Amino acid sequence: MVTINYDSELRRAGALATSPWQRLKFLARRHVLGTVGLVIMILFVFAALFADLICGYSPLTVDSAHALARPDVQHWMGTDSFGRDVFARIVHGARISLAVGIGSTTLGAVFGVIIGLTSGYLSGWVDLIFQRVTDILQALPLLVLALVMTAALGPSLPNVIIAIAIPLIPIVARVIRANTLALREQPFVEAAKSIGMSETRIALRHVLPNTLAPLIVLATAQLGSTILTEASLSFLGLGIPEPYPSWGRMLSESAAEYVRTAPWLVIFPGVAISLAVFGTNLFGDALRDILDPRQRG
Amino acid sequence: MFGYIVRRLGLMIVTLFGISIVIFFLLRVVPGNIVDILFDAAGFVDPADKASLERELGIDQPLVLQYLHWIGGLLHGDLGYSYVSEKPALEEILPRIPITARLAAFALLFSASIGIPLGVLSAVNQGSKLDYALRVVSLSGLSLPSFWLGLLILMAGVAMFGSIPIFNPNPKTFGEMFSTYCLPSLAVAFRSSALTMRITRSSMLEILRQDYIRTARAKGASEASVNFHHALKNAILPVITVVGIEAAFLIGGLIVTETVFNVPGIARFLVEAIRWRDYPIVQNLVMFIAVVVVSTNFIVDMLYAVFDPRIRYSD
Repeated sequence: MVTINYDSELRRAGALATSPWQRLKFLARRHVLGTVGLVIMILFVFAALFADLICGYSPLTVDSAHALARPDVQHWMGTDSFGRDVFARIVHGARISLAVGIGSTTLGAVFGVIIGLTSGYLSGWVDLIFQRVTDILQALPLLVLALVMTAALGPSLPNVIIAIAIPLIPIVARVIRANTLALREQPFVEAAKSIGMSETRIALRHVLPNTLAPLIVLATAQLGSTILTEASLSFLGLGIPEPYPSWGRMLSESAAEYVRTAPWLVIFPGVAISLAVFGTNLFGDALRDILDPRQRG
Repeated sequence: MFGYIVRRLGLMIVTLFGISIVIFFLLRVVPGNIVDILFDAAGFVDPADKASLERELGIDQPLVLQYLHWIGGLLHGDLGYSYVSEKPALEEILPRIPITARLAAFALLFSASIGIPLGVLSAVNQGSKLDYALRVVSLSGLSLPSFWLGLLILMAGVAMFGSIPIFNPNPKTFGEMFSTYCLPSLAVAFRSSALTMRITRSSMLEILRQDYIRTARAKGASEASVNFHHALKNAILPVITVVGIEAAFLIGGLIVTETVFNVPGIARFLVEAIRWRDYPIVQNLVMFIAVVVVSTNFIVDMLYAVFDPRIRYSD
C-alpha cells in the first residue's frame, strides 16, 4: 500500500509556507491570471503616481504647429487636434480613472455598508424603508442613473465620483444586508448577547468583520465597472470636463471623424481603458476565488 | 400564487412612483433651465420676455404643482411637450422605441446564441486550455468599453469598404439591414454574451456535480446526452434570469453605441435631451426605462416559476 505524506507534498507545493514572501509566491503560482491582473493594476497606479516624471510633455500644452502628428520618436502615440501629446494625456489620464475608480467604489462601499448593516440588523420599518429605496435605485441601469446624476450635479471630478457612487450603494447594501441577516442567527452573536454586549458593539465588532470578505470581492468587481462608467460618461461629454485628460473624453473628441484620419487618437485611449479594466477584473476574479471559495467558478 | 402576484404588482407601482419623485426633483436641482440656456445663446436678456417664456412652459410654478401636473398627465397618456422641438413628447419618443427595441433584440439574440454554447463548452472542459482561453475572452468582453468596440467596428468598416456604415431608417437589402442593426448590436452583444457565458459556465459546473448526473452516466447515457439533455436543461434557469435582466439593462450599453453609430433611438435621444435640459423628454424617457426594467424583472420571476415546477411563490 502506498501511503501519501500529505504534509510533505503540501510543503513541497509551497502551501504550508510560513514566510509572507513564500506564501505570496505560492498564491501567484496558483493564480497566474490574477497575478497578471495585479501587475497591470500596479503599473496603472505607478503611472498615476509618477505621471509627471514619466512624460516628457505636459498633457495640457497646446502646440498647433504639431497638431494631429502621427506617432513617431518624439510623440510615441502622436498628438491630438490641439497638438497635445497623446502619451502624456494617457499617462495623466490614469490619475482621473484611478481617482474615480477608488473614490466611487469607496464611497459606494461605505454608504452601502452603513445602510446594509443597519437594515439587516435592525429589521422592522427601517429595513422596509431602506429596501424600498434600494428597489428604486436598482430599477435604473447604472449608466442611466449616473447620467441623470451628473446632469443634476454638473460636470466636475467630485460630482462624477458621487454620481457613479450612488448607483453602487444599493448593490453593496443588498449583499451586506443578506450577510448580516445570516450572521445575526449565528451562535457567536448569541454568545455576545448573553454576556451583555450592546447591540451596536455586536454589529460593529462581530457582524461587520465577518462581512468584509464578500465586501472586498464585490468592491474589486465594482472597481472595473466604475472606470468603465466614468469613461462612458466622459465619452458622452457629461463626465470630466476639458481640459482634463480623461480617457473617455479623449475618445469623444476623436470619435467617428478621426476613425478615418487619425486612428491613433481612437486606438490608444481605448487600449488604456480596456487594459485598466481587464487588470482589475482579472485580479477581482482571483480574489473572489481566494476569499470566497463558495462562489468559485 | 395570486396573492404573490398582487403584492409584486403593488411593490412595482410603489417603486415606479418613487422613481418619478427622485427623477423629477433631481432634474430640478440643476441651476439653470432651458430658458437660461436659450437666452444665454441669444446674448441679450429682457427679463419680461424671459418671464413670459417661463410662464408659457409652466416652469414658473411651484415644483410640487409641476410634479402633480406631470404625473396627472402621465396617467392620462399626456406626456407634455418637448422644450426643444415643441412637439408633444409622446410623438418624439414613440417612433424611436422600435429602433432601440430592434437593436436590443439583435443584441440579446447574439448574446444568447454565442454565450450559452461557449459557456457549456467551457464548463464541460473545465480546467483545460480551451476553458482558460474562453474565460480570458469573456473577461475581456467585460472590460472593453462598448463605445470603443463600436469605434473599432467603424474603423474596420473604413478599412474594408472605405466608408463608415450610415444609419438607414428603411433597410431594403440584407446588407443594409446588417450594417444598420447588426453592427451596432454586436458592439453591445460582446459584453452581454461574456456575461451570459460566465453565468452558463458556473451554473453548468454546479449542476454537473450533482448526483443525478452521476446516475445518468452510470446508466450509460452518452456525454452529449448528459451535457445537453440532463445538465443544460437545469443549468439554463439562472441563465434565463441573467439574460432577462440584461435585456432591460442593455439600454446602458445602447446609450453609447447609438451615439457612436448615430442611430436615432431612444438611448441617444436621452443623452441629447439631458444636454438640452429638455425635462419633459428626460423624465418621461427615464420613466419609460424604469417601467421596462421593473416589468422585465417581474416577467423573469414569473417565467422562473413556469420553467421550474419546484418553485412556487407563496402568498
